[in-house]
Amino acid sequence: MQEEKYQKLKAIVQTYLPDDVSAEEIQLESNFTQELNINSANLVDIVLDVEDAFDIMLENEDMDGMQTVKDALEIIDTKLAAK
Amino acid sequence: MTLNQITKYLPYKAPFLFVDELTYVDDHSAEGTFFFKETSDFYKGHFKDFPVTPGVILIECCAQIGLVCLGIYLLQGEIEAKQDAKLKIAMSSSDMEFYLPIFPNEKVKVVSEKVYFRFGKLKCKVKLFNADGALACKGTLAGMFKQNSDEE
Repeated sequence: MQEEKYQKLKAIVQTYLPDDVSAEEIQLESNFTQELNINSANLVDIVLDVEDAFDIMLENEDMDGMQTVKDALEIIDTKLAAK
Repeated sequence: MTLNQITKYLPYKAPFLFVDELTYVDDHSAEGTFFFKETSDFYKGHFKDFPVTPGVILIECCAQIGLVCLGIYLLQGEIEAKQDAKLKIAMSSSDMEFYLPIFPNEKVKVVSEKVYFRFGKLKCKVKLFNADGALACKGTLAGMFKQNSDEE
């Protein structure tokens, strides 16, 4: 179940990776902007895709706390649990 | 915020201001005009002996009217609440197609329609019409908006 969520998130993140970052570099601890070189505008797109894929709504503070892939998974879990 | 007040918040000035008048704005759209004076410096070089408005300048005009004016309108509450804060903006993506040239001394109209405004990112579909009302270019632009009172 967790693995399924992780793979789903990874697939979303992958579409926004810059050319110089390969999909293998996406790890649980990866920082979106520092390590995966995703800019803040594409991070917004990731969040919007996550909302659609998991049928949840994120708030500004969720966005602020979303530094790594792991952060994103935790936010997704919290939102799914609150549904 | 009135249309005039919005343009006063624009962080540009000549020679890089490409908004003369904002003619309409609501939560979903914006419309404005700009007159390209033949005296603009870029006509001396684009092209040699054949002045045509550069595509990048048309994109900038679309962005200033369609993205920045609309963004200021959408953020007016925050902007007015934090008068001392600086509005920071950056274009994040542009995907445009060009159909007709815009020549010196032509007045253009830009029409913008919001796709979404979430987490400080405004994405819009924009269209630029020439003096005859024909579509000269259109596409999708996005930009990031941040209203910061602290440095960073």
